[in-house]
Amino acid sequence: MQAHQRMLDPTPNGQNSGESPLLRTIGLTKRYGDFLANDSIDIDIWPREIHALLGENGAGKSTLVKAIYGLIQPSAGEIRWQGQRIVLSGPSEARSRGIGMVFQHFSLFDNLTVAENVALGLDGKESFKDMSARLEQVSKTYGLPLDPKREVWQLSVGERQRIEIVRALMQDPKFLILDEPTAVLTPQEADQLFIVLERLKAEGRAILYISHKLEEVKRLCDTATILRGGRKVETCNPRLETAASLARMMVGGEVKEVKAASGRKTTLPRLVVNDLSLAPAEAHGVRLEHISFELKGGEILGIAGVAGNGQDELFAALSGERLSKDPGTVVIEGIAAGHLSITQRRKLGAAFVPEERLGHGTAPRMKLSENALLTGHAASGMVRRGFIDTAATLKTVDRATETFDVRKAKRDPEAASLSGGNLQKFIVGREILRNPAVLVVSQPTWGVDAGAAAVIRQALLDLATAGAAVLVTSQDLDELAEIADRIAVMFHGKLSAPLAASEASREKLGLLMGGSSLEPKEVAHAAGA
Amino acid sequence: MQLVLEKRAERSGTIALVSPLIAIGLTIVTMVILFAILGKNPLLALHAYFIAPLTDGYSLQEIAVKATPLVMIAIGLSLCYLANAWNIGAEGQFLIGAVAGSWIAVKTQGTDAGAWVLPAMLILAASAGALYALIPAICKVKFGASEILTSLMLVYVADLFLDYLVRGPWRDPHGFNFPTTAEFDPVATVPLLIEGGRLHLGSIIALLVVAAAVILLGRTIKGFEIRVVGAAPRAARFGGFNADQLIILTFAVSGALAGLAGIIEVAGPVGHLQPGISPGYGFTAIIVAFLGRLNPLGILIAGLFLALTFIGGEQAQIAMKIPLDVTKVFQGILLFYVLACDSLILYRFKLVFPNRQVTRGAG
Ligand SMILES: Nc1ncnc2c1ncn2[C@@H]1O[C@H](COP(=O)(O)OP(=O)(O)OP(=O)(O)O)[C@@H](O)[C@H]1O
Ligand SMILES: [Mg+2]
Repeated sequence: MQAHQRMLDPTPNGQNSGESPLLRTIGLTKRYGDFLANDSIDIDIWPREIHALLGENGAGKSTLVKAIYGLIQPSAGEIRWQGQRIVLSGPSEARSRGIGMVFQHFSLFDNLTVAENVALGLDGKESFKDMSARLEQVSKTYGLPLDPKREVWQLSVGERQRIEIVRALMQDPKFLILDEPTAVLTPQEADQLFIVLERLKAEGRAILYISHKLEEVKRLCDTATILRGGRKVETCNPRLETAASLARMMVGGEVKEVKAASGRKTTLPRLVVNDLSLAPAEAHGVRLEHISFELKGGEILGIAGVAGNGQDELFAALSGERLSKDPGTVVIEGIAAGHLSITQRRKLGAAFVPEERLGHGTAPRMKLSENALLTGHAASGMVRRGFIDTAATLKTVDRATETFDVRKAKRDPEAASLSGGNLQKFIVGREILRNPAVLVVSQPTWGVDAGAAAVIRQALLDLATAGAAVLVTSQDLDELAEIADRIAVMFHGKLSAPLAASEASREKLGLLMGGSSLEPKEVAHAAGA
Repeated sequence: MQLVLEKRAERSGTIALVSPLIAIGLTIVTMVILFAILGKNPLLALHAYFIAPLTDGYSLQEIAVKATPLVMIAIGLSLCYLANAWNIGAEGQFLIGAVAGSWIAVKTQGTDAGAWVLPAMLILAASAGALYALIPAICKVKFGASEILTSLMLVYVADLFLDYLVRGPWRDPHGFNFPTTAEFDPVATVPLLIEGGRLHLGSIIALLVVAAAVILLGRTIKGFEIRVVGAAPRAARFGGFNADQLIILTFAVSGALAGLAGIIEVAGPVGHLQPGISPGYGFTAIIVAFLGRLNPLGILIAGLFLALTFIGGEQAQIAMKIPLDVTKVFQGILLFYVLACDSLILYRFKLVFPNRQVTRGAG
């Protein structure tokens, strides 16, 4: 395996004499109006290669791979597959040629089962039964366990992604594109994925891998192509670079460090949760059990944990998307709010950023100004006597754009047209600009590039410094270590007692995330439950 | 070989505008074939349908009169459909509105009741339409009953109820046993806009309804709410909008508008209550709503267009003995094509060749 890697080191390309690139783009260009999302990009993908595609949010990574996958037509330039020029009429042609893709945003039907979703994504004619059998076989071969009969809405993000990967693998692709596959995975899940990818590579397939996590790129990838502002700036061997030098190439300058203001003062409790228990709304949801914590102004509490352990349910209970019968379970700014709607909670000064940005945090087909109104209508002076103040909504868009450097093709585009990371910056910005007293945020930097992640984390710190209470749910332990004052762990619907960030070592958190307790007393309790 | 629908990556803006026009074009082509099969000269038939009604003042007024209920009902339906609430029973709400309003007209008949009668009729009709529409809405919200089925079934209830009234308690004693009420008094009649013409105040009301819908959907938070709930339900919930309340509200509004259209029709062009006051306005309005892209101005245009087919159908019957039912066929085909063309906005057709299957099996 090691020998392979060295032998097939594809830079410079001459070393691959005898072989030709599996796929190459020549001058590939995609224009949206007068905005160049991809500007004349040349890229070569070799078999038996894991090729990283790096770049800031909005650099054009997703656009490039969508063109390669036939989802969008390039405005100029060409794509060569195994030496031959091809013009793809759509994804199914790409699939039939052996190009597979796993998207940044999942394309699954929530109320269909795993097997049905897979069947819908395949264009073959095999019977449902054969397909299910093959599904099980592929998922076993690659160590990606999936229960074909479960419905998608019951699954964690990691499991959903597994469906997409298995679905792509069932087409037996020669070339697999993964758009930010690890953004939502826990470190353990990511490690599992890397094993699968190494194995695919050993089988002679090529992989194009988009990620913002540079350490993991250095570990996994043989080649890296870096985009900036729609242009290719470099192709290099990431193993010979440092994370910092890769980041510099992406940004074209230095990346800022996040720094916490020293001497942040904590004030009164602004968000208190008292013995919150909630039966799941959905058959396979997680039951929240006796959750209690207190969050003071000026403080950031981090919630770690493997996805699907009740974080979504907790978010819904805190936001008011699900109400609790007992008003006292959630107290916002000293007011019992368990029974209050999300709008009323916003009026009390709370703000929320959900994990899923398209379809939950925003209405994908609506403009940014309308999406500003979506959460701003309650308490931001955007509505007067029932009438929308369009100027005020546009102003929020402009301010979020400026403060958080949201890059987009025009002033007020549809939410779905923004790159993933830029949309995230907009959503976080939209809420922070309301100066909330309490901010509840899930996965704040999921899919956000290093520079922008720093900006968002800094904004959360600044918000806390200004006196707000901030609750951050994240799977990224480094992120929590960087910004949180205390960290608690969610497991099977229960929340551990928070640890001071200084005491929360990876080992301790890892134990809690796996369901073990730190104290013998609690072990006994868990065994009894 | 296999024909599949494949989702488009980018939404085609041009097709969104062109799609209704394509649908109309395809409908006309189909109609030409149909006329030919019926043994009629297609060109003359098309002329009778689409050109002749536009050439004289009387027909033009008649188009506006027919478009009035279509537009009013379709505006209400578009609010429902935008919010993902499927009211199919506007016809029933129309009839109930007509009945409720007529009740005042019948009870005040021959008395010296004053100018309050007509406004009272309009208000009662709108309220009755709204209440009638609330039945399916509440069944949906409380019990999860399909509003499509319940609203549709209530059409027949309303139809038979009207039938019973005009054959029984409300029948005009001097009406030679015809199932109809007596002609309404002048105070219970919608005033004409042109002396001796057909155009009446209802058309103005319809225009006001269109204007109100433009403002509602474009400028108010309620209109925004309606659009978000339909377009992205989960985001709407996150925004604090309650889909169930909105089902109730949009059903009530669309029922009220249908009921209002009903009484305006009875107290206007018809002049009394009788069975058959509606040539299926409540159903045709569904076509109007979709042909108009659920957009108030689009609906105004689509309403006038479908009114034209009603008038044209009558003229074609008189001039060429083409059965009146052909109009219904026309409208049905039109709806079919509108929906089909709409699918092209989100999807595209694609031929898939199965030989790939073989390649995969081998490789
Ligand atoms: N349909 C569209 N219409 C207009 N502009 C678009 C459209 N799709 C993408 N863009 C623009 O093209 C640029 C590149 O987007 P792309 O999604 O390729 O970025 P990305 O590199 O994948 O970023 P991220 O890391 O945030 O996912 C963005 O500025 C985006 O606003
Ligand atoms: Mg992207």
